[in-house]
Amino acid sequence: MRTKYFRYIFLVCLFVYACKKSDDTQDMVTFLGFQKPKNFPDPVYNFSNNPVTKAGFELGRTLFYDPRLSRDNTISCGSCHIQSSAFTHHGHDVSHGIEDRLGTRNAPPIMNLAWNKAFMWGGGIYDLDLQPIAPITTHEEMDESLENVLNKLKSIPTYRNKFKEAFGSDEISTAHLMKALSQFMLMCISSNAKYDKVIRNEGNISFSAAEQEGYQIFKEKCASCHTEPLFTDGTFRNNGLAPNAINDKGLYIATLLDKDQYKFKVPSLRNLKYTAPYMHDGRFLTLDAVLDHYTGQVQDTPNLDPLLKQQTPRGINLSTDQKDKLLAFLNTLNDEDFIHNKALAEQ
Amino acid sequence: MKKIITLIAINAILFTACKKDSNPVPDFDENNLAPLSVEFDNIAGGRTLTFNNTDVPYTNAKGESVSISLLQYFISNIKVTTTSGKEYTVKQDDSYFLINGADKSTRFAKIKVPEGDYSKLTFVLGIDSLRSTMPLDKRTGVLDPASGSGMYWGWNSGYIFFKMEGNSSSITDDQSGDPTGKKQFKYHIGGFGGYSSSTINNIKTITLDLTNAGIAKVRKDRQSNIHLFVDVLKVFNGSNSFSIKEHPNVMFSEYSVSIAKNLSEMFKHDHTEN
Repeated sequence: MRTKYFRYIFLVCLFVYACKKSDDTQDMVTFLGFQKPKNFPDPVYNFSNNPVTKAGFELGRTLFYDPRLSRDNTISCGSCHIQSSAFTHHGHDVSHGIEDRLGTRNAPPIMNLAWNKAFMWGGGIYDLDLQPIAPITTHEEMDESLENVLNKLKSIPTYRNKFKEAFGSDEISTAHLMKALSQFMLMCISSNAKYDKVIRNEGNISFSAAEQEGYQIFKEKCASCHTEPLFTDGTFRNNGLAPNAINDKGLYIATLLDKDQYKFKVPSLRNLKYTAPYMHDGRFLTLDAVLDHYTGQVQDTPNLDPLLKQQTPRGINLSTDQKDKLLAFLNTLNDEDFIHNKALAEQ
Repeated sequence: MKKIITLIAINAILFTACKKDSNPVPDFDENNLAPLSVEFDNIAGGRTLTFNNTDVPYTNAKGESVSISLLQYFISNIKVTTTSGKEYTVKQDDSYFLINGADKSTRFAKIKVPEGDYSKLTFVLGIDSLRSTMPLDKRTGVLDPASGSGMYWGWNSGYIFFKMEGNSSSITDDQSGDPTGKKQFKYHIGGFGGYSSSTINNIKTITLDLTNAGIAKVRKDRQSNIHLFVDVLKVFNGSNSFSIKEHPNVMFSEYSVSIAKNLSEMFKHDHTEN
């Protein structure tokens, strides 16, 4: 009788424990925080100063999709950084902000920013927490003052609650606003393309023959700038584009150093399927046009990257067959999970 | 007997007087802080500074008319030196001030320094590179990019150290001047040296000797005030003198380095109120 009784108690305890555990697991499944993909290097972002929490991330997401960040409450971050286009402005060479004012550069993807040392096509910003100040205050983008944004948010009680949940204080400060936006953007991680699964040996997935050959061509001819696994080395280089109508000199504008003239940030090659058009001013509508540039249109402008000067004619030597295989490999860098990740969508 | 008492009294008075004279300066103690203010009194050459006085404008060295509509600058990293050569640097977090010419209440940089007699004042016009690259949490008050002062460049992370805008009839109405026809000039001077590569550095450290115009006697029971005159016409008339017509707009550019040199010549110690 006694044993039976203990057994019963034991079972009840086990049951309760199991229930509790499953509750915890439920929470873990919904929000894991920032997780470094196995095949990625250590991030650059200083997480110790802004650890990603569920409340912070969700607040950041709400802010990212809130048009109150613009002067006339019409444009949100998500207006020009659309998830289905890997957070770029699909179909726009340069983006239009409030009142349809046109900018001068192509909206870059919000993707794997935890590994970014520098922001914007032309640099000038080196801390993700300071980046949103640029689009919010730029005349052609959101044309709003930070002060006004904070005032608008302070007038909304739900925001005060959300800031309190995220930062332990309902003070809506510049630092809290920027940290929340960073938490959302840091979670925009693209690491589940076919390439990643092959590299991580997941689920018996392997490259096709064409993809494999394309991978070899990539490693030989592209990887020195578009370094794996982020597919950019994060540097600024002149890839020989003819200067555009406004003679955008790229990094030079922020540094005023002659050695930086016509240098732009090396973009990642991930998710190219969704991010056309290409280059800092969106001048190329297709990847074929991009490859045509590298194989025959590279201009000898000041500071042209030495890697593009090693042969005659300038650029990269690729046969039609090699181009096809390279495109097959680049196609393995498209990440369906990323563009369909519901956690990153407007709720 | 009466005489003796009188003598003792006189002696006592003399002795007290002596004692006071022989030790007038308190010991330099970094824990014994007293108030000191530095007053940035903006002037225009030989005249007081009035905003938007387009009717009776000022005149620069090139003979161009000048009126001022906006004047703001950052003062930071204040350091004082006693007459015996002891230096005291104001606690970094308490050493950032935004002087707004249009708002008289901002003209004082109020600091705390050890009791003592000071004959030298050092400060930075602008924001040091360390603070310019700190996390946002460390940039509150006048350093908050949302403070509404318009002294922060979002596109090229960093503070505008000195901002002066106004009008001059010398400015042309075409692209090289002010195409809006308002004849406005704008000088936004900044540049802390860059995050990653070495870029223009317009941080200016200014040191003023207070000996001639009056040392600052800082004591707990009084308010010593170092009164500076800040001559805005020196922006044009400093050692790198220039014409407004030729350079009506200077922001983040090579030419700003030339103007920044003039900025360090704006400050003159006029007197000290002890």
